[in-house]
Amino acid sequence: MTHKQPVLDLSPPVSDEIRKTTCYMCACRCGINVHMKANGDGDMKVAYIEGNRDHPINKGVLCAKGSAGIMQHNAPARLRKPLKRVGERGSGEFEEIEWDEALQIATDWLAPIRAEAPEKLAFFTGRDQSQSFTSYWAQNFGTPNYAAHGGFCSVNMAAAGIYTMGGAFWEFGQPDWDHTKLFMLFGVAEDHDSNPIKMGIGKIKARGARVIGVNPIRTGYNAVADDWVGITPGTDGLFILSMIHCLMKAGRIDLDYLARFTDAPVLVNGDPASPDFGLFLRDANGNQQVICRKTGTLTAFDQPGVRPDLSATHVVGDITHRPVFHHMAEKYLTEDYTPEAVADRCGIPAKRIRAIAAEIARVAFDEAFELDHEWTDFRGDVHKTMTGRPVSFHAMRGISAHANGFQTCRALHTLQIILGTVEVPGGFRFKPPYPKPATAHPKPHCGVTPGKPLDGPHLGFVQGPADLALKPDGSPARIDKAFTWENPMSAHGLMHMVISNAHAGDPYKIDTLFLYMANMSWNSSMNTGGVMQMLTDKDASGDYVIPHVIYSDAYSSEMVAFADLILPDTTYLERHDCISLLDRPISEAGAAADAIRWPVVEPDRDVRGFQSVLCDLGARLGLPGFVDDTGGQKYADYADYIVNHERRPGIGPLAGFRGADGTDTGHGAPNPDQLDRYIKNGGFFTHHIPDGAQYYKPWNTAYQDWAVQTGLFDAPQPYLFSLYAEPLRRFQLAAEGHGDRQPPDHLRARIKHTMSPLPIWYETDQQGNDGFTITALTQRPMAMYHSWGSQNAWLRQLHGHNPLYVPTKLMREHGLSDGDWARVTSPHGEITVPVLEMAALNDNTVWTWNAIGKRKGAWALGDTAPEATKGFLLNHLIHELLPPKGDGLRWSNSDPITGQAAWFDLKVKIEKAPAQSESKPATPKQKSPVPAAARNLAWKTTD
Amino acid sequence: MTELPLQTRKKLGLVIDLDTCVGCHACVISCKGWNTENYGVPLSDQDAYGAAPSGTFLNRVHSYEVQPDTGPAQLVHFPKSCLHCEDAPCVTVCPTGASYKRVEDGIVLVNESDCIGCSLCAWACPYGARELDQAAGVMKKCTLCVDRIYNDNLPQEDRIPACVRTCPSGARHFGDLGDPDSDVSQLVADRGGVDLMPEMGTKPVNKYLPPRPKDQMPDIDVLAPFLAPVATEAKGFLGWLDRTLDKI
Amino acid sequence: MHPAPSVIFFSVFSGLGFGLLFWLGLGWPSSTGVVAFVFFAIAYLLAVGGLIASTFHLGQPKRALKAFSQWKTSWLSREAICAVAALILMAVYGAGAVFYNQHWRVIGVLGGLLSLGTVFTTSMIYAQIKAVPRWHMPLTPLNFLSLSVAGGALLAGQVTWALWLIAIAGGIQLATWVIGDTRFAASGTTLASATQLGGIGQVRAFEPPHTGTNFLLREFVYVIGRKHAFKLRVIALLLMCVVPVILLLVPFSHMAGGLAVLAHVAGVLTARWLFFAQAEHVVGLYYGKR
Repeated sequence: MTHKQPVLDLSPPVSDEIRKTTCYMCACRCGINVHMKANGDGDMKVAYIEGNRDHPINKGVLCAKGSAGIMQHNAPARLRKPLKRVGERGSGEFEEIEWDEALQIATDWLAPIRAEAPEKLAFFTGRDQSQSFTSYWAQNFGTPNYAAHGGFCSVNMAAAGIYTMGGAFWEFGQPDWDHTKLFMLFGVAEDHDSNPIKMGIGKIKARGARVIGVNPIRTGYNAVADDWVGITPGTDGLFILSMIHCLMKAGRIDLDYLARFTDAPVLVNGDPASPDFGLFLRDANGNQQVICRKTGTLTAFDQPGVRPDLSATHVVGDITHRPVFHHMAEKYLTEDYTPEAVADRCGIPAKRIRAIAAEIARVAFDEAFELDHEWTDFRGDVHKTMTGRPVSFHAMRGISAHANGFQTCRALHTLQIILGTVEVPGGFRFKPPYPKPATAHPKPHCGVTPGKPLDGPHLGFVQGPADLALKPDGSPARIDKAFTWENPMSAHGLMHMVISNAHAGDPYKIDTLFLYMANMSWNSSMNTGGVMQMLTDKDASGDYVIPHVIYSDAYSSEMVAFADLILPDTTYLERHDCISLLDRPISEAGAAADAIRWPVVEPDRDVRGFQSVLCDLGARLGLPGFVDDTGGQKYADYADYIVNHERRPGIGPLAGFRGADGTDTGHGAPNPDQLDRYIKNGGFFTHHIPDGAQYYKPWNTAYQDWAVQTGLFDAPQPYLFSLYAEPLRRFQLAAEGHGDRQPPDHLRARIKHTMSPLPIWYETDQQGNDGFTITALTQRPMAMYHSWGSQNAWLRQLHGHNPLYVPTKLMREHGLSDGDWARVTSPHGEITVPVLEMAALNDNTVWTWNAIGKRKGAWALGDTAPEATKGFLLNHLIHELLPPKGDGLRWSNSDPITGQAAWFDLKVKIEKAPAQSESKPATPKQKSPVPAAARNLAWKTTD
Repeated sequence: MTELPLQTRKKLGLVIDLDTCVGCHACVISCKGWNTENYGVPLSDQDAYGAAPSGTFLNRVHSYEVQPDTGPAQLVHFPKSCLHCEDAPCVTVCPTGASYKRVEDGIVLVNESDCIGCSLCAWACPYGARELDQAAGVMKKCTLCVDRIYNDNLPQEDRIPACVRTCPSGARHFGDLGDPDSDVSQLVADRGGVDLMPEMGTKPVNKYLPPRPKDQMPDIDVLAPFLAPVATEAKGFLGWLDRTLDKI
Repeated sequence: MHPAPSVIFFSVFSGLGFGLLFWLGLGWPSSTGVVAFVFFAIAYLLAVGGLIASTFHLGQPKRALKAFSQWKTSWLSREAICAVAALILMAVYGAGAVFYNQHWRVIGVLGGLLSLGTVFTTSMIYAQIKAVPRWHMPLTPLNFLSLSVAGGALLAGQVTWALWLIAIAGGIQLATWVIGDTRFAASGTTLASATQLGGIGQVRAFEPPHTGTNFLLREFVYVIGRKHAFKLRVIALLLMCVVPVILLLVPFSHMAGGLAVLAHVAGVLTARWLFFAQAEHVVGLYYGKR
């Protein structure tokens, strides 16, 4: 054989240095190895990004977004210098100014507000990963008007999880991938959390475990699901409650688990005349009371040796108290929830509902197993083993972005709990700092004093009407009307209502809107066209209705054009950040973990990390947390804050390497070398939970003790899961006329109806939807993260424009074929867009990829970029308000319990339209504050 | 030489699990990143921020809808890159010897310094695995990360193709398909791995694991009704509850 | 397949040029001196011009010399060698005719055969491609060769030969189309075989890998103008075959001869455009296109 081959260098150098930091291409926060190479001039440049194998989140893997980080870091859309608006708002006409001038302008606007009326600052952050810091700044400023994007994202999921079981899906818990045998995934928009879910699905599929997907759209994770349930959008709660009906009726529930670890045995006041009607029977210490089945006596639930009775009732005086479980039996065993009763509405045959319920029960109970871990519960009972129920659930935004989403999420947790699959092997597991019951979280604060900090944290978990954020006259204290009777349990605020309310002066006018990383004039707002108008609207005297808008972003987004002052942020590779246990850490079920970002490269533009700018601005404004004893700037920058700030003595943003010598974990004095230690450790810190504490965490003495040692809690706080959410009942009681704080009359019926303490399903408000029969949804492509991906030369090739996916049946009915255009109309608006047929889709649902459509002039894209010509937003069809009811009131298009934006309640009709040159509506171009991009790329760091 | 070796010492290749691929494009971009910075010329992009962005990619993820006779339509994500065929038609057509199949491991490569950019190899490939880089005018294709898999500068566990290392769902496997005892060969045997376009006679080394049967959950139980009720309404249920609690 | 003008012009004109060289090599016409010079000049202009045109579609034309190395396996390499050999031999032979009034028969015949061989190797570049079923058949070299020889005869002024050969080439062209139309289906390659998903059910391409276009789609999936294919075939056949035959049947004039050549060349160019434009690469299946 005379086969000649060239000689290859099979071991070329890979890079000159690897710098390990945290990805920010989405909310997943994977660990990344940033390979650096020296270029021709000897400068270290980012050459290649891969996943960090040691990292708890991604264990080496990395998604498309993460690997494309180099194109984000080098995107031509990066802002270069602070900008001052010189043209009309929305036009994009700016001049570049120096930082000193920019900070002086901000100070000149903000200082008088703080001195006179701090609530006139509305400070809202978008996909901010530093909320414990930004909220601290806002609290010190003194405005009640702070929140991040949770209200328009998925507060229903978070709040339902925390109110029901002290923790939620997404980044806060995960299936026990190593043991689960049946994984059931609910909801559209497969994003949170990104890589761990993919890794988990891969892991269980490799074992041959079954995946059931419940989603009107069969893409992504649902495409690999063994069984697909193409449910009618918005009916997930009904489907789940029907399964609960089937399981209870068949006795296929975990009675032992319900009795020991949930409020199912807790006694409920049954006297309709009592002010405590429907509330728990509590002892003098406020503890929930149960009957002990061993002794037959009334006792606090947590006493040693107590075996709560799911069945026994108790009479006090002439009031009968019945356990929660009786109420559940009465509610869920009725004919209302039989599969036959719900099948048509859910679009799932009754037989299939039974079959799925039976399969869940079969796996939970017939495939149960024991792990040989001895553990002691909070009552002192020692359990020789841990019982595994290998059924796990996870849910995406889809089930929560409806106006019935909170109760739907509660229903799903109820299903998990009656099966005994939460915090058990094979089931769903919390990640530290969760489990943490709603009662252990702060309550919302809205006490404003000019010139002083707010009286406490803005956001929290209300327990009843007393905790609402109302002014003495009963009017909303917050601009977004969070924690009011309209949406009492709005734990994340209502960012989607801020601009609308500020423009309407309802509940009051503001002076300055201060936004960070939130594309509110485009894809992050409902009613995009309307919002652009509100931001540019002027009053009779020719002043803008919202007088000042300050915005911080790293990129030339659509929102930039609508601000008066731009504070340019860095890219994620140029900044410090902490992914903190005080906020939304990177823990896994078996360990507490947090992480940092650090500047693996220095910015080559005159930009500053936003958090560092807040340190500076805070000092200029004299905010108490941001000035030292001499009145000087307390934190030089965000890195200084991360290391030296203490929220409570010894507890700071980062849990690792504390104490003078860096050996303390959780508690400990600030360590000046902390960031270096993190960097040396790969950019993160992990603290493992001991074996016997890995499961049953809310009730496991070993876990509770570990959590206290780790600084997660101050004292052990075992609690019962809340199948029956007493806070909801307290609002119902108020609506029934009990108590001092009374809802306005127009909301009484709605509160009574929707705020059921046991999960229910209700049809969302359909007023104005006559003739609009098709549900329209959006999903985020796995390779794109909102608008950020479109400026990325690699990612935009994957998703450069978005068709409207239309099910085969509707394509035929409307005489449509691929590439045709359709006019899509909602009660609020109209768009004209290209369509594409999809068979694996609910028959009455259309959908598209979210946030691919772009405004011309934004993101440094060419004017003829497909994002700006063919791409489109569904947002134009969705109003932030429900259609007027004739009562003169502005009814928010949100969940009436939490204020979650009801994106997915959108109903439309479609009709064929003539072919268009561009998607409609077309928004006029904004002037780009950054130069045009290079036409071609051929990247090589060493060139 | 563009003669194919009579046989190669190994048959390195990929096994792609269509049952597990969620279509996230992680492999596509990881490949783009690695191969832009490493083997040969960078993978260029034309009109990168304009109306018709179009770049060189060595791996692309298609998606297909499959409508069975009964049951709902299915969606299958379908990554596709060079299959490193045993009988690689792209190699023999090359007029310059730039395209070759390595005798050591069967990897099909392009020696870029010999490539005249005639595109004939791309014509000969039925799979669309080769793309002519528009900036450099040379043919680009999957190298199976030949500059990773033997690279002494990488830790042992990282000596795998970038796409395999990054795949979040573990749908990509790398190994020696010439060794019947290798993990990948076992996987192919267990899961019924298949060749794409076998009628082309290219004998691809890469194999695809077909999706497992879907939507097979029976909605009736032939032996007993699903979830036989213990009671028909709440009162009866509470009676059952009491009896049951006595037993536990 | 993308009908790149460079490849169409190359294959048509080099085919004509080598066809003419074939006749010249055989000594028909066996002219000498200036007349021979004109004939050889036309032949070389066509053949070499075609070859130069073919380098326009190369990404790295400066490395073109490397293309001579792989004659063992590569038809493109063989074509290059064959073409150069033919051109050298015919140059020697032509020099004899032009300058020495000599017809070195052995060299001429060898050169003529190598000229045909060049056309054959050109055709085999296409015929060998299994991934383009329309091309992958013996009719492809027949089609190229018959057109080359017929066109060569026409240029060489071999009226009788040209008449018959053009008619035969027309017949082969017709057969190439009719049988070519069935080749894709006969190849057995479908989206089901390409994806191996046919066992589950009916396969349909859903989202493409990228929303934009790419090299593969530009190069292999050319669907523009296909709806005019029938009309173009009629036009091609009329120009390539019917018109020249009629013009050759009427009493000879240089005007008619010139028109016949122009018509024929226009017809062959049209047919060659269709040869590419109608050829479907199996990779299109992966994109739901052919």
